[in-house]
Order: sequence, then C-alpha cells, then structure tokens
Amino acid sequence: MPTLADRVFKALADPTRRSIFEGLTRDGEQTVHALTRRAGISQPAVSKHLTVLKRARLVRHRRAGRETHYRAQPDSLAPMADWLNHYGAFWRDRFDQLESLLKRMEK
Amino acid sequence: MTHTATSRSLVIEREMPQPPEKIWRALTEGPLLEQWMMKNDFEPVVGHKFQFRADPMPNWNGMVDCEVLAVDPYERLSYNWGVGDPASGLQWVVLWTLTPTAGGTHVRMEQSGFGPDQQAAYQGANYGWQKFFGNLERVMKGVN
Repeated sequence: MPTLADRVFKALADPTRRSIFEGLTRDGEQTVHALTRRAGISQPAVSKHLTVLKRARLVRHRRAGRETHYRAQPDSLAPMADWLNHYGAFWRDRFDQLESLLKRMEK
Repeated sequence: MTHTATSRSLVIEREMPQPPEKIWRALTEGPLLEQWMMKNDFEPVVGHKFQFRADPMPNWNGMVDCEVLAVDPYERLSYNWGVGDPASGLQWVVLWTLTPTAGGTHVRMEQSGFGPDQQAAYQGANYGWQKFFGNLERVMKGVN
C-alpha cells in the first residue's frame, strides 16, 4: 500500500506533471482546456496526469458547467518537506562520521 | 573547515583537509565505508548491485538497494538508492563529487532523482529538481 509520501514523490517525478503542478501554484486555478493548451500534449494525456496529481492530493478540482477547474494544494507537499528534513539530518550525521574516520586514517 | 548544507535541495557540502585520494578510499572501500555509512557489499564497478544494511526500525527494514551508476576515481561516484519494494518503493540517486582545493578537498553529496525511469539524473545537467526545490521553497513560504 503506497503511502501518501510515495504518491507525492511519484506524482512529481514526472517532468510534465511537475510543470502542470508548478503552473497551478504559480498562476492559480485553471481549466483542463487551458492546461492542455499550455502543456502541448493531448487532453486525455493531461487528464491522466491530473488524476495522478489528484491521488497524491496535490490538486483539487471542481466542475463548473462543461469545464473542470483544477487548483494546486501546496500544503500537500508536506511529506516532501519532511523527507528533506529527515535525509538532511541523516547525511549531516554521516558527514560527521566520515570526518572522524578520515582523522583516524591519518594515524 | 566550512560546513554548508542546503537541506531543501538535498545538497550537503564540506571542506575537508584530506586529499581526494584518501576520501575516495573512505567512499569506495567496503570496510572503510562501513565505518561511517552502513554495512555493505559495495564494489566500485559500474553496474554492481549492492546493499547498505542498517538495523531495522519502524517503517523500514534497514535495507537500501543500490546499483553503481558512475565511478570516476578521485572525482565522482554515483549510485542509486532504493528503499522498500522495488515496484512500489522509492528510488533516489546519490552523487558524490570530490574537488581538490588548496587546503584539501571540497566534498559534495547530492541526493536527487525520484523514480527508476530517471536514473540519468545523476548527470544532473538539464534535470529540473534543483529548480523545483527552489520553487518548492517559495511555494511552502506562501503556505505559511
């Protein structure tokens, strides 16, 4: 069962999805049509990407008439920020241990 | 010695007084690597598959599945870093870069590249994660 963090990372591992998500955080809510024009790929392809982003809770949608509008949910990036903090601490600790090993190797 | 770490972009850099040759040994000789990283069966050979093994903890069995991606002696070492089931788990790329300086070596570690389809990320050049993390920081600031 993939965790929400897995979904967030996998959703954003794709450059097209990253660009769609960035566009939504930068410019606010947009219709699927507008997103398709900007992405330069077919509408079904854009919809597929939006579904992946939606499962990761990175975007939300609402219907208005015949149009579906999407907007970014930037606070769902929290698992990514947690990951950065976690691994940041991990590597700093490893660097400390590497430094003390290098000192021991000099003796 | 300087110590800079930009955790948002997962790049950790330090200046160390030892020459690159010595640091390279610590990065690539299994028994030395074990002393500061984890137990391992690492070999500095491109394509070699190996594991880092730590004590299991909640939500992690302690295993990291890796494959060597690049070996340029004394300069550059890269391996991917897989945690969890290969199908549903996460894949990263770890890149070590050693640059000789007047007083020793500039050591840089970058962890990036999510997804097995993006292992070419270790080449770094036109890969968008650095930019993305920069933007992420801006987005997170906007949230708070």
